[in-house]
Amino acid sequence: MTTVAVAETAESTALHGFWTRSRKAGVALAVLGIGVLLIGWFGVPMGAEAGVRFNLTFPDLAVALPAKQMVLGMGAVCAAVGVLLFATERKLFMLWVGIGITAMTLGLLLWSISGPGAVLQIDTVLKGTVLLALPLIFGSLSGVLCERSGVINVGIEGQFLAGAFTGALAATVTGNPFVGILAACIAGSLVTFVLAALAVRYMVDQVVLGVVLNLLVLGLTGFLFDRIMKENESATNLAQPFPAWKIPILSDIPGIGPALFNQNLFVYLAMVLVPLIYVMVFHSRWGLRTRAVGEHPAAADTVGIKVNSLRFRNVLIAGLVSGLGGAFLTIGQSLAFSENMTAGKGFIALAVLIVGRWNPIGALFGALLFGFTMQVEQFLASVPGGSPVPSDFLRMLPYLVTIVAVAGLIGRVRAPAADGKPYIKS
Amino acid sequence: MTDADKPGRAPDDDTLDDDLDDETQADEPEVQAADAEAKQIEEERRRGFGATFIGYVTTANTVMVTVYSFLLSMVIGGVLVIVSDPEVRGTFGYFFSRPTDALSASWEAVSGVYTGLFSGAILNFDTLDRYFADDATLAQVLAPLSETLTYSSALILAGLAVGLAFRAGLFNIGAQGQVIMGVVGAGVVGFALGLPLWLHLPLAILAGGVAGFLFGAVPGALKAWTGAHEVITSIMLNYVALYALGWILTSEFVRDPDKTHAISKEVADTATLPRLSEFELFTGLRVNLGILVAIAVAVGVWWLLSKSTLGYRMRAVGLNANASKTAGMSVSSTYITTMGLAGGLAGLAGAVTVLGIHPYALTHHVAGEIGFDGITVALLGRAKPGGIVAAGLLFGAMRAGASTMQSVIPLDMVTLLQALIVIFIAAPALVKAMLHLKVPTGGLATSTAKGW
Repeated sequence: MTTVAVAETAESTALHGFWTRSRKAGVALAVLGIGVLLIGWFGVPMGAEAGVRFNLTFPDLAVALPAKQMVLGMGAVCAAVGVLLFATERKLFMLWVGIGITAMTLGLLLWSISGPGAVLQIDTVLKGTVLLALPLIFGSLSGVLCERSGVINVGIEGQFLAGAFTGALAATVTGNPFVGILAACIAGSLVTFVLAALAVRYMVDQVVLGVVLNLLVLGLTGFLFDRIMKENESATNLAQPFPAWKIPILSDIPGIGPALFNQNLFVYLAMVLVPLIYVMVFHSRWGLRTRAVGEHPAAADTVGIKVNSLRFRNVLIAGLVSGLGGAFLTIGQSLAFSENMTAGKGFIALAVLIVGRWNPIGALFGALLFGFTMQVEQFLASVPGGSPVPSDFLRMLPYLVTIVAVAGLIGRVRAPAADGKPYIKS
Repeated sequence: MTDADKPGRAPDDDTLDDDLDDETQADEPEVQAADAEAKQIEEERRRGFGATFIGYVTTANTVMVTVYSFLLSMVIGGVLVIVSDPEVRGTFGYFFSRPTDALSASWEAVSGVYTGLFSGAILNFDTLDRYFADDATLAQVLAPLSETLTYSSALILAGLAVGLAFRAGLFNIGAQGQVIMGVVGAGVVGFALGLPLWLHLPLAILAGGVAGFLFGAVPGALKAWTGAHEVITSIMLNYVALYALGWILTSEFVRDPDKTHAISKEVADTATLPRLSEFELFTGLRVNLGILVAIAVAVGVWWLLSKSTLGYRMRAVGLNANASKTAGMSVSSTYITTMGLAGGLAGLAGAVTVLGIHPYALTHHVAGEIGFDGITVALLGRAKPGGIVAAGLLFGAMRAGASTMQSVIPLDMVTLLQALIVIFIAAPALVKAMLHLKVPTGGLATSTAKGW
């Protein structure tokens, strides 16, 4: 993946003419930065203070930052990164874009809390970011496993729903959330079994299949919810508390402590799964075979790899992971199941996968970015005195960010070459 | 949707196991096809009508796959009804001591659902009996059909929206958002202007179409200019449209000041689709001009696809974008116009809904699930206008049946049945393998959309 990125930078001028990826991103960031500068200049009164607090780790320590200067500073950073990217080709392109976007977001965030009485609860915001990113992480990891081996998984949404439903049902009936998690993984895997069977064995078009599988699971869970759960909520669909495990010392680190080290099992599972899948995909025999099958199945076949059975197996494993994401939505958040509760998260996970370039680490950062966007939206909606933007527009934010991210600030990404193409042995 | 494309022509059975038979079959598909064709003609001459009919029924051709998909889904739906009914499940507890209980309870549960569906959608035999006893009017007998047609009109239009995009190789799952935009466009023009009927109604419908067009063209343009896959961008735009509707409903210009809940002002009488109750036959029924609009538009789409240059370009791009580019067609502009037109069709579906169905106003749920149902309609109709009309009528009937019979049938049963039918339609090889059907001449037909 890295070699591809570098090659792209070197050849990009030749390929795209004047408007290289770097130049386009540069212009966009410069414009956004100037926007933040204007907001800082006209929108924030002189002497306004932005309150910031580590509300969970150091609740007594409240910092009041000079809002106007900070917003202007952030806008300047963002604009400067934009100019830099426009003027020169940088090697760590994604990092620079990340810095620019972070500066812009921080600027806007400071603007929103510059009113009196508003305090940015850093610990809560970071914790919320991780929690909102979590299903996206599981979903996109599932996507990595499927698509690296050449099967498009548009059905993540359906696997989430199946996992959420089965998880809630099994956890309530047995009274044990861990049984619920296991059941959710199996349910997710059952959905991908249908995907694998139809896509690999019967060669059904995978995008069509994924969308229809989503509808099928939506209908099925809705139907079973009506028939089984609705009448008897307390016995079948109960919101149960799910214990958080606090890691001593580490959980006291301001900011990231509560976000990463005072969470429930799901966060720790994600922290294990991301590096595990990364190492497995890029540094193991199985990973090499998987990538070979996803890039050039005919070549993989000639060296004796059983293309279709490897694909089948990987898609089943992917289902376990996305089922886990579904379990998080009910069990992990201590919520009861409700119809269509995923609300497009599966599709955002798909976008995260693309933004993260089919790489577990990239997907992790993508998921955190989206989680942060959603958290900011929730935070702004709860700012006392109301946010300057109508709440309906704030709710659009994660979806708009997805579109912008997929549509090209990131540049054209390259999917595994055989992604979505059934392999017919000849 | 391309017939007999590579994924469509599935080798006979197993691809997982290296079965020798399969390989030889995959090697010589053309010879085999030619052979089969000759054999079939030969056989038809030799056999009578009955044998030919059986031959037809046992082949996995388009018609029979559709029929079998429907039947298989009914069977699976029936099993789910049995499994999810606690009383019926109870009778299975003592299945071996008295199996008749379980069987009759299952039969009653399943047949109750399906006859309910039928009587709510097509013909209620009780009403028919009462009609013959002079206890009910003809309109009451026709009421289920009226409901079916009412639901179908929007479904047909939404199905066309997805189907048209399919023909150009695009998967428009953003129909839901485009429907919402169409509802908004038609609704706003409907209540904000005061014009005579002959001008106001067409203008309102057109406004719905235009709003849908503009919203639909966005994913097309994004795909053409940046390469962003339309499946992701259009599903994200669905949510954008949903929240935009939420915001629009709060604005003072739109909101009905006399109501406490979020609902817009009512569409003026001059902009509502007239009901067909002018005719004596339909007195008091809901069915309106919308169904005629839908069928007229379907004819228009048929003309566009099979007779016009633009339609030819769409199909060419759908079959092979690279070849079309080489032949001098602009693939990007085809993507944009196709997605725009598809969005326009979905917008019309929204217009027909808001202008034709009570409460004739915008609400949060006014668009229902029309756009998503449109996906299933298009897949079942195999992206052909005629097929889409038929599929729209079928799914409209199922919706109508479930809505009138809500006490017996959970509404999600319909979504479930629709999705099941469409999965079987999309996987003809599965239907063929399950029922041991013969491969038709020309291979199995299936629907395709492009990957990333």
